[in-house]
Amino acid sequence: MSSYDLSEDTGRSGRRRATAGRVVPRRRDNTTISPQEAPNRRNTELALLLFAVLLPVLAYANVGLAMDSKLPAGMLGYGLGMGALALVAHLLVRRFAPYADPLMLPIATLLNGLGVVMIWRLDKAGKLLSGNFPAAQNQLMWSGLGIAGFIAVMVFLKDHRVLQRYTYISMVVALVLLAAPAFFPARAEDFGAKIWIRVGSFSIQPGEFAKIILTVFFAGYLMVKRDALALASRRFMGLYLPRGRDLGPIVVIWLLSLLILIFENDLGTSFLFFGLFVVMLYVATERTSWILFGLLMSVGGAVLVASTASHVKIRINAWLDPMAAFAPKPPPGATEQIGQSLMALGSGGVTGSGLGQGRSWLINFAAKSDFILGSFGEELGLTGMMAIFLLYGLLIQRGLRTAIAARDPFGKLFAVGLASAMALQVFVVAGGVTGLIPLTGMTMPFLAQGGSSVVANWALVAILLKISDSARRPGVEPTPATEGPGGPAR
Amino acid sequence: MSELTLTVMRLGFLAVLWLFVIVAIQVIRSDLFGTKVNPRPSRRGASATAAGGAPTQAAGRPAPAPAATPAAAPTQPGGGRRRGGPTQLVVVQGSLAGTTVALQGQTITLGRAHDSTIVLDDDYASSRHARIYPDQTGQWTVEDLGSTNGTYLDRQRLTAPTPLQPGMPIRIGRTVIELRK
Repeated sequence: MSSYDLSEDTGRSGRRRATAGRVVPRRRDNTTISPQEAPNRRNTELALLLFAVLLPVLAYANVGLAMDSKLPAGMLGYGLGMGALALVAHLLVRRFAPYADPLMLPIATLLNGLGVVMIWRLDKAGKLLSGNFPAAQNQLMWSGLGIAGFIAVMVFLKDHRVLQRYTYISMVVALVLLAAPAFFPARAEDFGAKIWIRVGSFSIQPGEFAKIILTVFFAGYLMVKRDALALASRRFMGLYLPRGRDLGPIVVIWLLSLLILIFENDLGTSFLFFGLFVVMLYVATERTSWILFGLLMSVGGAVLVASTASHVKIRINAWLDPMAAFAPKPPPGATEQIGQSLMALGSGGVTGSGLGQGRSWLINFAAKSDFILGSFGEELGLTGMMAIFLLYGLLIQRGLRTAIAARDPFGKLFAVGLASAMALQVFVVAGGVTGLIPLTGMTMPFLAQGGSSVVANWALVAILLKISDSARRPGVEPTPATEGPGGPAR
Repeated sequence: MSELTLTVMRLGFLAVLWLFVIVAIQVIRSDLFGTKVNPRPSRRGASATAAGGAPTQAAGRPAPAPAATPAAAPTQPGGGRRRGGPTQLVVVQGSLAGTTVALQGQTITLGRAHDSTIVLDDDYASSRHARIYPDQTGQWTVEDLGSTNGTYLDRQRLTAPTPLQPGMPIRIGRTVIELRK
């Protein structure tokens, strides 16, 4: 059985010599190679989680010392609060998903904590030009709600395969969620994007939740249809051309994402959904031609929308020439945001200005939300940005690894979908902030200010942890089917 | 705050942030080097313990306990008989390659039916294809359950329940399964 565990788990450091990477077989024909079975890694998770709570506390102290020359008053309370939330989450993982991946919870906690500290730091910068209402408290409350959602998923989602039964219901729910904001009155401060549902002073962004629910639909649908999509095709110039009726769903999703783009002016969400579908289609069918079709259709859609919708045209112009807004005679509709964030990243340099010592308030109103990466880039520099991107990369990698390890096809597709949704979102936001692709109004998962985003991403991580628990669980687990588990067939 | 303190703090924070990343990567190292090399028992005179399975004893062990078994266990002379029986079933080829199931005395069913222990996602597998179970003496046995395309053990199509030795490839469609120690 598995011998390969890091010594963090057992505390027996002498065992490390037996680890697989260092054993070189002298006679190859005399050996067999077997994969390691994943042990229960909860103690590793606890240690990393402690680290992940202490790091934001350190950042908090850092900001306080730099800005006020004293330790911030709420430091202990903040650390204890965050630690208590993380501990509760950890204990529930211990109870309900004992074999789950040890990295996802600590990384999510760390990113969330860093985000809260940065938002608090921007709150303190009184020079933020407009709309500088304190947001850190709010974000902290949403983080608490997010962890509550995490706990709810942990407790109530016994088996991710149950979600498979709700394939078409989740499609309807996702469409309703996506369409809902179009029926709410637009407000001036939303800058043309209609992605919020408002009830009183309370607003949610249903697109963030639709992301998870739509993934359920894609996974359930593709699991059933993938043979038809993969095999029934004609070969033409080395490519498998799908049949018209199999092409149907991808065209429908494409049109849908274009409609979102046109009616709600939400470039990011439509890109996310279309990209997610293409990724999952590719994973389900292993046909490269789907990627080609997806790319062609997204380019076609982008050109179509860019040439008609003025909102998108402005975004693209701002991307092509980010500094145009600073010209003596700026072109109409030019925004300075991308230029500002590029300057912030540039002034950060390699090691940054230090937490609390940058001038991030110069990125106006979106410094805490869409452009929080610019603030991080300025204060932590390239070194810190790389660490943050690596953290996202690790989180996504753990999701994809979960998909590889998952035993059931639905779980595989679901995990791939959730991980690539996060990957696409990180790419879209980071690409927009750094000027690689046109800017879209999306939130950086966990880091950026935004209640719906935090809650949805915590739920996403909880589902991934559940899948990873069932994938890494040694031995046989009973299936939710009606017959007795593991009994003799027939 | 003096300039020096702030600089130390700034670089210190970056260092600690990277330390977290490095520790996290250390934790997933097991995925990168995630195989262990086992000596084949048959050439080392350990074959006496290889055949006599005591998998039912293994069933009594709690699940996390295997983590404490050292890698060199099969070669240890004092290992005892219970180390000799196969302890896991590994899918070595096919879309499920890398999947392992711990053998704990239970019957393992293979097939496309979604309540199988190992759900084969293989066009050549039947819905209830085969099963692997310990017989009365505890010897692991494979039986074809009337599948369409057959179950092969070392290129021989199975016609009757057949005892299994560790390392013998069981082929079902594109999937190959082995018992391992």
